[in-house]
Amino acid sequence: MQLFVFICAAVMILIGAVGVIVRSHPVHAALSLILTLFGVAVLFVAQDAHFLAAVQVIVYAGAIVVLFLFVIMLLGVDKAESLRIDPVKVQRPLAAIVGIGLAGLLAAAIVQGRDTLARRGTGIDTADGGVHDSNIRQLANDLFSNHVFAFEITSVLLVIAVVGTVLLARRPRHSGASHTEAGTDTKASVK
Amino acid sequence: MFAVDTLLEKLGLAAVLIVLMKVVVVFVVGLVVTMFMVWFERKVISGMQNRIGPNKAGPFGLLQTLADGIKLFFKEDLLPDRADRFVFRLAPFLAFVPAFLVWSIIPLGGDFTNGKDGVVKLFGHSTFVQLADPPIGVLLLLALSSIAVYGIMLAGWSSGSKYPLLGSVRASAQMVSYEAALGLSIAAVLLVAGTLSTHGIVGVQSSLGKWHVIATGVVPFIIFLMAATAELNRPPFDLVEAEQELVGGFNTEYSSLRFALFFLAEFMNTVTMSGVIVTLFFGGPQPLRFDIGAVHFNGDLHLGFLNGTVWFIAKVLVFLYVYVWFRATLPRLRYDQLMNLGWKVLIPASLGWFMLLAAQRVAADNEWNKWAVSFVSIAVLLLCGGLLTAAIRVSAKNREREGAMF
Repeated sequence: MQLFVFICAAVMILIGAVGVIVRSHPVHAALSLILTLFGVAVLFVAQDAHFLAAVQVIVYAGAIVVLFLFVIMLLGVDKAESLRIDPVKVQRPLAAIVGIGLAGLLAAAIVQGRDTLARRGTGIDTADGGVHDSNIRQLANDLFSNHVFAFEITSVLLVIAVVGTVLLARRPRHSGASHTEAGTDTKASVK
Repeated sequence: MFAVDTLLEKLGLAAVLIVLMKVVVVFVVGLVVTMFMVWFERKVISGMQNRIGPNKAGPFGLLQTLADGIKLFFKEDLLPDRADRFVFRLAPFLAFVPAFLVWSIIPLGGDFTNGKDGVVKLFGHSTFVQLADPPIGVLLLLALSSIAVYGIMLAGWSSGSKYPLLGSVRASAQMVSYEAALGLSIAAVLLVAGTLSTHGIVGVQSSLGKWHVIATGVVPFIIFLMAATAELNRPPFDLVEAEQELVGGFNTEYSSLRFALFFLAEFMNTVTMSGVIVTLFFGGPQPLRFDIGAVHFNGDLHLGFLNGTVWFIAKVLVFLYVYVWFRATLPRLRYDQLMNLGWKVLIPASLGWFMLLAAQRVAADNEWNKWAVSFVSIAVLLLCGGLLTAAIRVSAKNREREGAMF
């Protein structure tokens, strides 16, 4: 049963991952990404990490990819792009080299770590423990007691990122004559 | 591994058959309820507007929805020229499937009286009157409502036409923003209930005083009701299909069965969301039970195993009526009002209330003075609220001075 679930999820993930790269249409690529995320969520459920699966779907599929789609739709890049034109000439050979290198590294890591991979992790058996909410309890304990400092720092980092984005998105107030013109224009159109 | 049903822990043919039967029953009940919901809405609205409403098909027009469905079934299925074929076909299912899946986690009945667990005996096997009780419980609702966003978003985009696109961009922005308030008010319930599972949440609310609407102090319920209405894209938050501005919204280009799927999903969502409200705040199938002074009422209607289901249906009907009532009485919000309400009122309010409840919990655990803690936390919240309104006012003033940005 576990093997069957794993194979189904793996097929989902692979189809999605290949789709993200191969589909020339950005929206289709984003949809393929959702398929991959769902496959990962299925794997989480298969490992009794129900809460992680839910968070995976809510945060990644529900918020982040929605944002991707938003940007794609609003910026109007939702047209299939021709793959013939290559704006930066070195990019493709470089990508090929990096890809092969990454594949080689992965293969080497798997060959090296065969024995470790074959063993079952120690935490997995206790992840659920048959109790409904043990998942979320363990996670909360870890996040809010053991690693509370790192957690808070991360949230501060996010706030800084938001403030930075707002600052970048705002136009400077005194950027010359063109600004005031644009400002009055938009004002007029708003009215 | 799949701890969704107590039955499935020891798999047997009978267990699988019972689960299959439950799936079929829940699916059919969902469809039939949705059909009558459409009729109910039209009938109640026409009552409020001094009209008669559907009255031709069947007794009291009960079969009107069926007739509409048959009509839609025989209509031509149009595929616009500029549509993205695959996504256009996929979108209705992305809207429809989540609507049904949420239905599966709602406890629909069962005997919760006298500390019983809501377990019913079915052919010698004990099971819950609910399709699934997954460990993530209510989070499934949030996950599925975030999937439902895709249905609407992709439907509008793939139509290759501008009004549907505008409608869907509005819709997805609205649903994503209100999901935060929805999640935070659910978090308040989870904090009090101490469990994620819907079955467990119902189990905790054993008497009127323990119903979460009272135990969490009404505010999360009000926020949830508003956020849920926005999440459903129902009036007064139905900017998605503002007919006067957008023709018909995201589903303008859809016809025939695909349109029927959107329509079904919308009403199904209304029914399931009422069910979720009842489950989270009003004790689900728990009977109304209170002891105020000399008045005792234990909510037993002497209906045996149907007792819970009858209570559940009664409570859900109240909320269905409330939704129709909203639609008949409230004017639609403007887009900026909608966003202001979501981001500047509901999210801060639900977050603040959540903090208040958390402070109460900590005080109870550490045996601090309850009143002092309440006083201090309310003072802090008021201070934060004051700062927030001040900040909003300053930014509004700045924006006015600089001129509109976009």
